[in-house]
Amino acid sequence: MQWEIVIGLEIHAQLSTRSKIFSGASTAYGAQPNTQACGIDIALPGVLPVLNYSAVERAIKFGLAVGATINSPSIFARKNYFYPDLPKGYQISQFELPVVQGGHINIQVEDIEKTIRLTRAHLEEDAGKSLHEDFHGMSGIDLNRAGTPLLEIVSEPDMRSSAEAAAYAKALHTLVRWIGICDGNMQEGSFRCDANVSVRPHGTEKLGTRCEIKNLNSFRFLEKAIDFEARRQIEILEDGGNIRQETRLYDANRDETRTMRSKEEAHDYRYFPDPDLLPLNISKEWIEQVKAMLPELPEARHNRYIEDFGLSGYDANVLTATREIADYFENTVKQLPAQAKLCANWIMGEVSGRLNKENIEITHCPVSPAQLAELLARISDGTISGKSAKDVFDSMWQGEHGSSADAIIAAKGLKQISDDNEIEKLIDEVLAANPQQVADYRSGKEKAFNSLVGQVMKVTKGKANPAQVNTILKKKLLE
Amino acid sequence: MTLSVDDVKRVANLARIEISEEESQQVLIQLSGIFSLIEQMQAVDTSHIEPMSHAQDMIQRLREDVVTESDQHILFQSIAPQVEASLYLVPKVIE
Repeated sequence: MQWEIVIGLEIHAQLSTRSKIFSGASTAYGAQPNTQACGIDIALPGVLPVLNYSAVERAIKFGLAVGATINSPSIFARKNYFYPDLPKGYQISQFELPVVQGGHINIQVEDIEKTIRLTRAHLEEDAGKSLHEDFHGMSGIDLNRAGTPLLEIVSEPDMRSSAEAAAYAKALHTLVRWIGICDGNMQEGSFRCDANVSVRPHGTEKLGTRCEIKNLNSFRFLEKAIDFEARRQIEILEDGGNIRQETRLYDANRDETRTMRSKEEAHDYRYFPDPDLLPLNISKEWIEQVKAMLPELPEARHNRYIEDFGLSGYDANVLTATREIADYFENTVKQLPAQAKLCANWIMGEVSGRLNKENIEITHCPVSPAQLAELLARISDGTISGKSAKDVFDSMWQGEHGSSADAIIAAKGLKQISDDNEIEKLIDEVLAANPQQVADYRSGKEKAFNSLVGQVMKVTKGKANPAQVNTILKKKLLE
Repeated sequence: MTLSVDDVKRVANLARIEISEEESQQVLIQLSGIFSLIEQMQAVDTSHIEPMSHAQDMIQRLREDVVTESDQHILFQSIAPQVEASLYLVPKVIE
């Protein structure tokens, strides 16, 4: 039987506010345990939550970026469960009327475009962290993370393969960083994925029983966990078994998922509106104000790069991977509008390669877009060859001659010899010194030609314009 | 809706409240009374009424995103039963 995999994702994006969602404690990562957990975060009796303006604003920003409805009023609810890293005994979240309702994200897998619908995105507070290393048989609790603002983004079950799920997660990851609401740092847990996976016979409508997979902290693990889980479910069904609805944990070391809790033990969260928080009113004016702050979105830029610059879909994808790369590209192209493809190639090749190798962010690139454009202008006007351009780039990277391409070209004498007379003179010398190859070529040995080109390049230390050398040499040999 | 003693015990367990057999019987009667009151209220036609999410007819005020709290963990931890490496220690729970 042919099986179809059905996937929906829940993504928790940590919002990049300075303070917590309901208190004035800092959200900075990596502080000494419990030094950023104030009375509200540790739930001392009598404290009251006060909502952070910027957390709401970031949620609105996201909603507008995915074409969703912004609910007003929007309300907060208590999600009740017991765990030591949740001091209040409930998490403040949203149940009915989340800030963001609906919306969609477009993804591309193997050149096929697909729209993934969002169900909702709601604001909530993060819990603390439990450390189970041995503290004399006890667990250590760090409440610094408690109260950190999260946006939980829930998709519809619209994905049909692990590749689509990864493409969706990556698109969201790009988007939240692009609009500046989340730093996207997956190692620090700022962007976390849970996947709901089920399978059904191809061509049927009814959804199979799903399992939720937790603990997917990289796109690769997301793909591998989904693949494993789908195989597991198909095997059970083909053996005549039934899938149990449960929460499973992905173990990256063993590349498998295993039961965390079954539905029978599933939490009954007893959601109800939080009486400590009044309904949140989001005015039309506020929405308009946020709309005006939104930058041009990745998808719009992607399409513009294809239409205005004639770049391929692949190039446009790479260049819009982050807003910083896209800005670098645009600032380069601005100086060299006719050479967008050359700019794209250099940024995706030489610049990115060097940044990766030295682990530098593009915002700290030693070669500025204007400086790169100056170099690329010298390639396109024939002053230097592509090969010597790499040497010049290297010098620019080191900061030689103020990273000025022209200064480096002059200092290193890398200017191409493009003067016909000069090249002719050099070719005459080479021909006179290599009578054997000349005779070989004239008697029909094509290979001798390449050898002569090589000789010319050697004499000129690679500075002769290769196209010109070819033409002039051919002409001379026919004389 | 009819409630059983098992429902009462389940809710008690979820709320981490220890109750005896005798108490469960009592609570069952009390809760059943509350449920019949809810049933009475649910019989009212509310289709034209906007749901109310808060008893007070006011809207949420927001705070500016600034850090206003300083580190008080030494004070807070002075009443914690057990502390180590500035962590609160609790009986081991692994989910």
